[in-house]
Amino acid sequence: MPLTLTLAKALNAGLRASMEADPKVVVMGEDVGKLGGVFRITDGLQADFGEDRVIDTPLAESAIIGTAIGLAMRGFRPVCEIQFDGFVYPAFDQIVTQLAKMHYRTQGRVRLPVTVRIPFGGGIGAVEHHSESPEAYFCHTAGLKVVACSNPTDAHMMIRQAVAADDPVIFFEPKRRYWDKADVETGAPLSAATPLHVSRVVRTGDDATLVAYGPMVRTCLNAAEAMAVEGRELEVIDLRTLSPLDLSPVLASVRRTGRLVVVHEAPSNVSLSAEIAARVTEAAFYSLEAPVLRVTGYDTPYPPSRLEEHYLPDVDRVLDAVDRSFQY
Amino acid sequence: MSVPETDRSVSGTDRPDALVTPVPRDPRDPEDADTGPVRLLAPDGRRLADDTYDPYIADLADTELYGLLRDMVIVRRLDEEATALQRQGELGLWASLRGQEAAQVGSARALRDDDMVFPSYREHGVAWCRGVDPLDVLSLFRGVNHGGWDADEHGFQDYSIVVGSQTLHATGYAMGVTRELAADGDGGLPVTVVYFGDGASSQGDVNEALNWAGVFEAPVVFFCQNNQWAISEPTRRQTRAPIFRRARGFGLPGVQVDGNDVLATLAVTRYALQAARRRCPVLVEAVTYRMGAHTTADDPSRYRHADELAGWSRRDPVQRMAAYLRGRGLLDDSRAADLDAEADALATTLREGCLRLPDPSPHSMFDHVYVHDTETPAAARDACEQAEPSGQPEPSGPGEPSGQAGPSADPAVVSPLLTVAAAPLHHTRKAI
Ligand SMILES: Cc1ncc(C[n+]2csc(CCOP(=O)(O)OP(=O)(O)O)c2C)c(N)n1
Ligand SMILES: [Mg+2]
Repeated sequence: MPLTLTLAKALNAGLRASMEADPKVVVMGEDVGKLGGVFRITDGLQADFGEDRVIDTPLAESAIIGTAIGLAMRGFRPVCEIQFDGFVYPAFDQIVTQLAKMHYRTQGRVRLPVTVRIPFGGGIGAVEHHSESPEAYFCHTAGLKVVACSNPTDAHMMIRQAVAADDPVIFFEPKRRYWDKADVETGAPLSAATPLHVSRVVRTGDDATLVAYGPMVRTCLNAAEAMAVEGRELEVIDLRTLSPLDLSPVLASVRRTGRLVVVHEAPSNVSLSAEIAARVTEAAFYSLEAPVLRVTGYDTPYPPSRLEEHYLPDVDRVLDAVDRSFQY
Repeated sequence: MSVPETDRSVSGTDRPDALVTPVPRDPRDPEDADTGPVRLLAPDGRRLADDTYDPYIADLADTELYGLLRDMVIVRRLDEEATALQRQGELGLWASLRGQEAAQVGSARALRDDDMVFPSYREHGVAWCRGVDPLDVLSLFRGVNHGGWDADEHGFQDYSIVVGSQTLHATGYAMGVTRELAADGDGGLPVTVVYFGDGASSQGDVNEALNWAGVFEAPVVFFCQNNQWAISEPTRRQTRAPIFRRARGFGLPGVQVDGNDVLATLAVTRYALQAARRRCPVLVEAVTYRMGAHTTADDPSRYRHADELAGWSRRDPVQRMAAYLRGRGLLDDSRAADLDAEADALATTLREGCLRLPDPSPHSMFDHVYVHDTETPAAARDACEQAEPSGQPEPSGPGEPSGQAGPSADPAVVSPLLTVAAAPLHHTRKAI
């Protein structure tokens, strides 16, 4: 029986299922215990699984990841919460130089099945460092897997898959969509789910293709809805996996539509959309009717919240890009 | 609004240091056993004698004693106003200083004009004492800018939200001071004072800063407000030992002071400044209490008992100083009423100013990415111009993140799909 859950609750149920399935799963981070995390993603877990498995850590991100690595070396499966996107940087060194590379360094002897959960993106009216989209930094690093969920149904299965994965996974959660609701099959076995590193068409259409992930998937669905009123059908693809990329559905779509717009909140310079544009151009050059266009945050630091509606891609900016694509 | 008649230092620029011969070591050796935090006022306002620290405040005139209370009353009142403004949707967030007035005012009033403060995000009381317009502090929390005052004008740097980061900046700044000025000059060096919390003490940055300050004998005072909580985690989750004890391991003096005692905080900070002026960095731990929520987005009932707050309320820093002044005949009902009226008037001015704060222009977001314009921001600026914003944000999460998980956390999401479906063609997209 599916339950109607918010994305936040779907993640919570997913973490609970992971902890029940594997006694080696431990949850750690700032305020994840008694408080249940500032977004309540870990709500109730400490009460049910105890302080040894749900650890309120000292305030030190580098130590959260560094000790998670040690715990993993000892056979545990740590799930680390970074409180906000902008606070992952003190842990960046441990993530990039240790978490990502230890398996390689040890020629496969050491596995680090660590999940790093990061609420990301803007749109919640927050102060500085609480609205960033740092995913590209991690995608740039071999040895890390990077995913982003966009809706409650996926969020639930994806967090369980990430925790069960043998490689380190950076797991991005679209914080402004935490309160979105959808049906979630909490009892479903992992084997029933779409594999973690598979992208998916979430709306079909033949006229142009929109590719997004995390919070921008809903924006693109809204844009497609608006475009449908005008008689054009946009195909929307939810990437879900950012590294490795799964471009097969994107390429299949572009071969039909000939037009591609990639959307994310992160700035455009050396971003996911740059990578996708390059690869699609290489693999489907003769199918393209127009250059791959991008709708992204601007190449500035994230602005003060009174300006964020201007910074963040919205339906209008997405549709303007679609219009430009049609003009070619 | 302007800040009325706040001279930044309780006394002149030279007096406190000239009072006592410079002793760049902890007058209360922490290994002398548990003497407890330095305290000059009992919770009921009685003056406690302390041979070591009494001399550091012996010079205070009656007006200066009264001024300490005035500062505390005003910053508490402004803090209440800011909290109310956030509740009414005028600020995105507010981090209340309630309970920490003595720690902030006592330390800030020990400073000279040429000292430099590196705050965290809760030092509104220090900002006040440094002459920063409270409205400029509110503009950050309203989301109008990331920080709105001139650091050099006030000897008060921008707020720092990334916990602990500013301790390194302070240390580097102080290293700069030693490369420009000699410590044996008149009155010693200008000191850099960095504020941080008990939670921050866990960060690598903070411990590296303490170490560097020791290695380079930087004129820094590390002022830790141990308010017992880092969001939901008690200090015991950050460290097993009292925070001030850590100083010893870095070769610095460490002093613990009752941070709810404005006189003791002033005296201890003067001691610390005196040592730092001669290139002996000092760690001060002010034991205080965060009486409110972590921020307006937080719900402390989830992790701490109400009776804890009741206990600390009996040690309220403002009441303590008021009781002391009454005992000395420096405060009576009519003077207290006048002070409240003054604070109310400032709060009204602050509110009016906040409501009048204009939103920044969208194009201002491209300013100051670099010192000189380069092509990338210019291109982005052009792109922004082309895609004129709709002015209607999408339905999104609530105004502020942390702790919004209660019923109020569910934003009243108007389904954009319905709006869009009902809308006619292109030009009405702007109404989505
Ligand atoms: C590097 C970093 N990690 C996490 C946060 C989120 N955060 C903001 S305040 C805070 C607690 C800070 O506690 P403390 O240092 O005691 O200062 P207080 O808030 O009590 O004044 C946390 C975890 C942050 N701002 N920066
Ligand atoms: Mg604290």
